[in-house]
Amino acid sequence: MLDFDQTPAFPPGFFIMDETEIYAKLSEVFESVFDEDSIQLTPALTAKDVDGWDSLTHIRLLLTVERSFKVKFSTTEIGKLENVGSLVALIKKKLEEKP
Amino acid sequence: MNALYRDLQWLPRAPQDFSARVKALGNFLGPVGSEVQSLAQHGLDLNQLTRLAKAIARLRDEGKSLDPLVSFRLAVLSNSTIDMIVPALVASAARHGIALEVIQPSYDQVAQEALTPDSIVNRAKPDGVLIALDYRALPLKLVPGDAEASAAMVDGAIGYLHALRDGIRANSTAVCIFQSFAPPAEALFGSLDRVLPGTLRHVLDSINRALASSIAGTGDVLLDVAALAETVGLADWHNPQLWNLGKFAFSDELIPLYADHVARIVGALRGKSRKALILDLDNTVWGGVIGDDGLEGIELAQGDARGEAHLAVQRIALDLRQRGIVLAVSSKNTDEVAREPFLKHPEMLLKLEHIAVFQANWNDKATNIQAIAEELSLGLDALVFLDDNPVERGLVRKLLPQVAVPELPEEPAFYARTLAAAGYFEAVAFAGEDLKRAGFYQDNARRATLQKQAGGVDAYLASLDMTITFQPFDATGRARIVQLINKSNQYNLTTRRYTEPEVVEAENAPDVFTLQVRLADIFGDNGKISVVICRPTPPNEGEPATWEIDTWLMSCRVLGRRVEQMVLRELLEHAHRAGIERLAGTYLPTDRNALVVDHYAKLGFTKIGEDSSGITRWELMVEGSSHDPAPMKVVSTGFQSGEKQALV
Repeated sequence: MLDFDQTPAFPPGFFIMDETEIYAKLSEVFESVFDEDSIQLTPALTAKDVDGWDSLTHIRLLLTVERSFKVKFSTTEIGKLENVGSLVALIKKKLEEKP
Repeated sequence: MNALYRDLQWLPRAPQDFSARVKALGNFLGPVGSEVQSLAQHGLDLNQLTRLAKAIARLRDEGKSLDPLVSFRLAVLSNSTIDMIVPALVASAARHGIALEVIQPSYDQVAQEALTPDSIVNRAKPDGVLIALDYRALPLKLVPGDAEASAAMVDGAIGYLHALRDGIRANSTAVCIFQSFAPPAEALFGSLDRVLPGTLRHVLDSINRALASSIAGTGDVLLDVAALAETVGLADWHNPQLWNLGKFAFSDELIPLYADHVARIVGALRGKSRKALILDLDNTVWGGVIGDDGLEGIELAQGDARGEAHLAVQRIALDLRQRGIVLAVSSKNTDEVAREPFLKHPEMLLKLEHIAVFQANWNDKATNIQAIAEELSLGLDALVFLDDNPVERGLVRKLLPQVAVPELPEEPAFYARTLAAAGYFEAVAFAGEDLKRAGFYQDNARRATLQKQAGGVDAYLASLDMTITFQPFDATGRARIVQLINKSNQYNLTTRRYTEPEVVEAENAPDVFTLQVRLADIFGDNGKISVVICRPTPPNEGEPATWEIDTWLMSCRVLGRRVEQMVLRELLEHAHRAGIERLAGTYLPTDRNALVVDHYAKLGFTKIGEDSSGITRWELMVEGSSHDPAPMKVVSTGFQSGEKQALV
C-alpha cells in the first residue's frame, strides 16, 4: 500500500502544459474563433496570414484564449504580441506564474 | 459572476454536433428557419453565436427563405464598438423567432445618423432603431452638491435623447429602443453618491427615471440595461480594460445575455412573447409526490425551506397570471389525486380557479401539452413548460421544439429565479385587456380528454441511452428498498408494507426471489426505481411450480419508460432458471393505485379471478412467454447463478 506521507511532492511546474500541449489547445481556440479548422499554427504565423484576422477578431481571439487557458493578459502584454510564437510564450509564462 | 445569467442557464447547452449542424445549414432539407431557431435555442457563447450569425448571413446571400422566422430590420446607433455584438444579436434574435437584419452605421455617428434624412440608418427604413448608448456618450460633468446644475445636466441628456428620437421619427417609421444607463462601479464619496445631486450616480439615476417616464405611452421602448447590469453586478458589467482596448461598453462575457435581452424586446415587438405557462406539479409546484406522500407529506409550508422554494414557484405563476399570462397544469397523476392539494391544502397559493386547463393523467407530456395548446387555441410557440424532471423536459423539447422548456437547477429555491431570468413573457407595453386575458382563456377552456398518443416516443426512449440494472436485495440497497416498499402508493400492485427486519428476512430466505432495479440514462442515475418480491406457493400435486408475485412496485419518476416490460423479462428468465413454470400476480386496489389496474393485462397475463372488491388475479406461463426488449442496456448482477433458486 502507498504511504502517502512518503510520496515525494511533485516538482513545481509538473502539471503545467508543455508547448506542444499549448499549441494543441490553441488550435481548438483558433478553430472556434475563426470557424475554420485548417489553420496550421506555427510560431511565425501572424494576423496577415489568416483570412478574417482583423483587429476585432484579434480581441475575440485573445478573450477566448484567456477563458480557455484561465489566464489574464495585461494591456501591455497584448500590445507586445507579434505572432503565434509570442502568444504561446505569453500563455506559457502566465501558466507558470499561476499559484 | 453569476453563471445563471452569464451562461443563459435556462437554455440547454449546445449539442456536440453544433458546429456540424451550423455548417450543414446550407444543405438543410425543409424549412431552414426552424433549424436555425432550434440551433439558437441553446446557451451559446460568443463564438458560437458568431458562427451561427455567419451561417445566417450565408443563407441570406444565397437567397434562401428563413421562414418561419419573422423579419425585423434593426439599426443600431452606438458610441461604443458593437462589431462583436451585432452577430450575437442576429443569432439571439433567431432564438426568439426573428430573422434579424442589422444596419450598422460607422462608429460613433449617433447624432448624424439620427438627424440627417439621407443617413445610412434613415435611408435603410428600419423597423426599429436601438439607441445603444453608454453613459460615456453623454456630456456629463461632475457638479457635486449643485442641485441646479445637476438638474440642468439631466434635462440636457434627456433633450439629446429626444432629439435623436425626433430625428428618427421625422425620417422613418422605426420604433426607438432606448437603453437606460448602467452607472460605473466606482463611487466618488461612497454611499453619499446616491444622496448628493451632481454625482455621477445621482445624475444617471435621474436620467434613467426621466427617460423611462418620457417613454411611457409613446410607442417607443426601453431596454433596461441599468437593471441588467445591476442584476449581474456593475463590477462585472463594466470592464475598463476592454473599454480602453477597443471601446467595448461592457464585458464580452455578457454579450450573449445582452443580445438575448435585445432579442426579447424585438420578439415582443413582433408578438413573439409567450402567453401561457404550463406547470408540472410533483416537485415543481410542491415538494414531493402527492400520489406517494399524500396531502400531509408534500412540502409546501411557509417556514419549511423546501416548501418555501415551491411556494415561490406558485407566487411567480400567480403574479404572471395577474399580468395576463395563462396558467395550465400538466401532471402525471390520477386527476383526483392531483387536484386534492388545490382543493384541500391550506398553504396552496394556486387554486383550481387560476388554472385554465388542468391535465392530470398518465399520457406522455408532449401529448398533453399539445392538447392544452388546442384547448387554449394558442400556438405551441406561445407556451412555456416548467418541469423539474429532465427526462420530461427532454421529451417535450424533442417532440414539441416550439415549446419553451427552461432547464432548472438542482436546487428548487432557484426555480422561480430561473423562470424569470429566461424572460419568456417580455412585454413592451401593458394594457387593461392584459389583466383580463387569463380569465378569457379560462372561460373558453374545457378540460381536454386525451385518447390519442403522440408518436415519436419510441425514438425518444432510444435516445435516452438507458441502462437498467437488476440485483437481488442486498444490505447496501436495503434502506432504499424499505423506503420504496413503505412509500410507493401509485405504481404498487399490492401496497404491502414491510419493516426492515421483514425485508432482511426476504433477502435471506433461500426460496424467496427478490429484485431491486436501478435505471440510469443520459441525464444521470435515477437510482433504485423498482422492487419485486416473489414467493413460491406451496407445491400441490399436479399443479405447476409457481411464484406468487407478492410485491411489484415502481417509482412514477420512470413511468412510460418500459421498465415494467424489462422487469418482467428479467423475472421470466430467473423463473425459468429456477424451474418455475408459472407466475401468479394479484392486484389489490387502493384509493391510490388505479394507475396499475391494467398492469398485468398490459404485460400479457391472463385474468383468472376477480372479486367484488376489485381484487384481480392473474397468471402467466413461463414457457412460451416472450417479450420484446425495450431500448435499454441490461445489467444483471449479484444473482448466485441459480444456486439460491435451485433450492426451490
